[in-house]
Amino acid sequence: MAEKVRISVNVNGVQHEHEVEPRQLLVYYLRETLGLTGTHVGCDTSQCGACTVNVDGKAVKSCTMFAVQADGSRVTTIEGLAKDGNYHPVQEGFWEKHGLQCGFCTPGMIMAAVDLLNKNPNPSEGEIRHALEGNLCRCTGYQNIVLAIQYAAAKLRGEPVTGAVADD
Amino acid sequence: MADVTKMVGKAIKRREDPKLIQGRGTFLDDIKLPGMLHAAVVRSPYAHARIKRIDVSRALAYPGVVAVFTGEDMMDINPMPAAWQAGGVKSNAVTPRALAVGKVTHVGDGVALVVAEDRYTARDAVDLVEVEYEPLPAVVDARKATEPGAPLLHEVAPNNICMEWECGSKEKADAAIAGAEVVVKEEIINQRLIPTPMETRGCVARYDVATGEFTLWMTSQAPHVHRLLLTAFVFGIPETKLRCIAPNVGGGFGQKIFCYADYAFTMWAARKLGRPVKYVEDRSENYKASTHGRDHVTEVEIAGTRDGKVTGLRVKTWANLGGYFSTIAGGIPTTLYGRITTGVYKIPAAHVKVWGVYTNTAMVDAYRGAGRPEASYLIERMMDRFAAEIGMDPAEVRRRNFIQPQDFPYDNGLGMLPYDSGNYEPALNKALQMVDYENFRKEQAEARKQGRYLGLGISSYVEICGVAPSAWIGAVGQGWGAGLFESANVRVHLTGKVVVTTGSLPHGQGVETTFAQIVADELGVPYEDVTIEWGDTLAAPFGYGTYGSRSLAVGGTAVHKSVQKIKEKAKIIAAHMLEAAPEDMVFENGKAYVKGSPDKAKTLAEVALQASLAYSLPSGVEPFLDETTYYDPPNCTFPFGTHIAIVEVDTDTGKVDLKRYVAVDDVGNIINPLIVEGQLHGGIAQGVAQALYEHGYYDEDGELRSSNLLEYAVPTAAMLPRYELGHTVTPSPVNPMGVKGAGEAGTIASAQAVMNAVIDALSPFGIKHLQMPATPEKVWRAIQNSRQMGQAAD
Repeated sequence: MAEKVRISVNVNGVQHEHEVEPRQLLVYYLRETLGLTGTHVGCDTSQCGACTVNVDGKAVKSCTMFAVQADGSRVTTIEGLAKDGNYHPVQEGFWEKHGLQCGFCTPGMIMAAVDLLNKNPNPSEGEIRHALEGNLCRCTGYQNIVLAIQYAAAKLRGEPVTGAVADD
Repeated sequence: MADVTKMVGKAIKRREDPKLIQGRGTFLDDIKLPGMLHAAVVRSPYAHARIKRIDVSRALAYPGVVAVFTGEDMMDINPMPAAWQAGGVKSNAVTPRALAVGKVTHVGDGVALVVAEDRYTARDAVDLVEVEYEPLPAVVDARKATEPGAPLLHEVAPNNICMEWECGSKEKADAAIAGAEVVVKEEIINQRLIPTPMETRGCVARYDVATGEFTLWMTSQAPHVHRLLLTAFVFGIPETKLRCIAPNVGGGFGQKIFCYADYAFTMWAARKLGRPVKYVEDRSENYKASTHGRDHVTEVEIAGTRDGKVTGLRVKTWANLGGYFSTIAGGIPTTLYGRITTGVYKIPAAHVKVWGVYTNTAMVDAYRGAGRPEASYLIERMMDRFAAEIGMDPAEVRRRNFIQPQDFPYDNGLGMLPYDSGNYEPALNKALQMVDYENFRKEQAEARKQGRYLGLGISSYVEICGVAPSAWIGAVGQGWGAGLFESANVRVHLTGKVVVTTGSLPHGQGVETTFAQIVADELGVPYEDVTIEWGDTLAAPFGYGTYGSRSLAVGGTAVHKSVQKIKEKAKIIAAHMLEAAPEDMVFENGKAYVKGSPDKAKTLAEVALQASLAYSLPSGVEPFLDETTYYDPPNCTFPFGTHIAIVEVDTDTGKVDLKRYVAVDDVGNIINPLIVEGQLHGGIAQGVAQALYEHGYYDEDGELRSSNLLEYAVPTAAMLPRYELGHTVTPSPVNPMGVKGAGEAGTIASAQAVMNAVIDALSPFGIKHLQMPATPEKVWRAIQNSRQMGQAAD
């Protein structure tokens, strides 16, 4: 076992200092050391995206990164997304548009969507679908996830949005 | 009196969601107990081998390792139970033990258990356990496994056959086929799929040394069933010595119904070590060691007349069970498959023969749809083959053979319960209208002239939901080793708040929202005042759980019935309060009053207070509004519909582009359209995935080649279409709400819609059938083959 390394990471606005094993993945640092269990592990090959978080402004699969690599970084997890008790528009969109069922992929899906909308405030349906290629959902068939992100995009652009309605 | 806003039928957003969108759900791996140890499993790299020797000494010496166990250590507990064996026939059921003893029968079979202080250490030490194997020849194909000379997995199952089962009339089917104007024969493979809930399976076991009681947190679709199976069958302890808790469950799709070895070895280790133990499989383990679905090899013949009447169907299916018999594996390819192979059609003569076969692969059990997608795929592919053979429009052939509205309740002659209700043609017509069928055929003809290959596939389906009447499905009939009712307790507390406990176990289906909508309307109380509790064997009195699209039709009906009892009791107490006769009372919009005098009413909250304080109650009436129902459905429900897929095939690359997907489903009355649509979307996605992408593929040596998400093609958002949904509504006569079930419909209907479209597109090449999945390589090869044979249209 290699010697532990001291890291300092800002997670959801709180500065944390810990001694970690160099091989500890960021996702397990978040989940087990910090107790932020909203970031999930759904695979072992970095395919599913359930562990997506934001590191220094970019969406990152936290299973592809060691905790030591996050030393000095600012990390936002799903727990840090709502501000002052208000949902982020993407969270709101997922709720309004039934963009989740079991909810396991949801935190990663939301974090990936936030990243997309940061880069592209007005994505087409095709752009949304392609932007989500790193995130798997087994429940929804993605249609309502697309609607959720379109809802959030409209809201972030300051346009009117419609809440929960059935499709037909 | 102000009308209470009706909740039923409204697309309200789910009450389950706020914690899930904030990352505040509690999934299994989020649970952390003081002193908790972590378990990891040494798994077989061989598909079939004898275990010669296991040396755990190096692993035991590794810092942080607490214990290492093998199968021999756990001989004081029994193998997993076989809870559903095929009805009416002998089963040579060999179920797995907590860890393999003597030999392994598939890659990933558990051989030893390492328990350590943390997750990483346990994994490290797995690599230090030395296992010496004597490899044996393997067989992975179910039909080949029954042939003479095939490697034998279990002595008790000659020719690897676990069970041999049939339904229908062989005599009639043989005669119909022998005398038919047209017979079409095909070999149809329904490939192996891996369910892939996004959360893998796992459990945390705690043993209380003082009381001898276990608590097991588990990724479960049916905690009461798990409690029963683990105590009565595996551990031989009183049922009351185990409490099972399902926290948030990250998808199931059937895979989380069954009784797995890891529940047993985790409990066993927790008792042995006196500390809580957690086991969570990683994705590769989920793929190698948890259950798979489908995997049928079928020889089928369909017979009919030149004017489009189907007269006979003869089916032989080899159903792969894997290396052992999983919990309910016996019922899936028999009751839930064979008995519904004639689908939505009146076929006067049908016979289905099924062999359940062991092979050196992971166990196969229920996966979303469970038997019904295999049946529906079979008949719908064959209806298209038959239509093509006689040169008739596939929609017209379907119309000519549909069971008619006046035929219900309909006995299909295959030993299924009578189909409760149905009206198939309007659903077909609506779907055809949605795709503008006539125009499409013109467009298709035009496109072909330009060398573009469009195809349209129709799938008219019926499924079995709301499983099931206990007396029918039970041991003497279909072989299910228990009942299949559901429980619901409804209480109105002193403050007027309503608490419902249900034996249903939601894991994405929105049961909390749906049930609260029902209760709010029926009791006339605010939706927010209704709480739904589930998932803990200490909460609900009993429950068979969530699968087989049964939560609403069975669990929801139990809730509905308990609510009626609450209303009856409320009327009696209100009558006492109003000094009226109980028989003169009505209960409406949350109030009880004397008929004709709604102005002098007692609200439910007032009655609940009276009932809870119990200072003044009618003679013989117990305090509290608290009612429990065990609802055993008189029949299953039979949702139906028609799905249509439109594809374009790129003949240069073989790529299939799914351009449109239209689904018209009749799931009976709908409580929450938003949730129903979500269920249909997800179901369709899984069927499309089977048609185009997914294959749980073993090579000849029994190595799982699709052993993780890199190699098993769970579709991404860009690989799936927009779904266009339509409905017809034929309320089920089986239950008071007229509901049927929607969780599996999409999956049952969709694979054949897509495959029929692919074959339709390829018909100019003389291609009559392709096995799923229709990957670019497979399609391209079929086109090349056809061109070489000189059959090409272009």
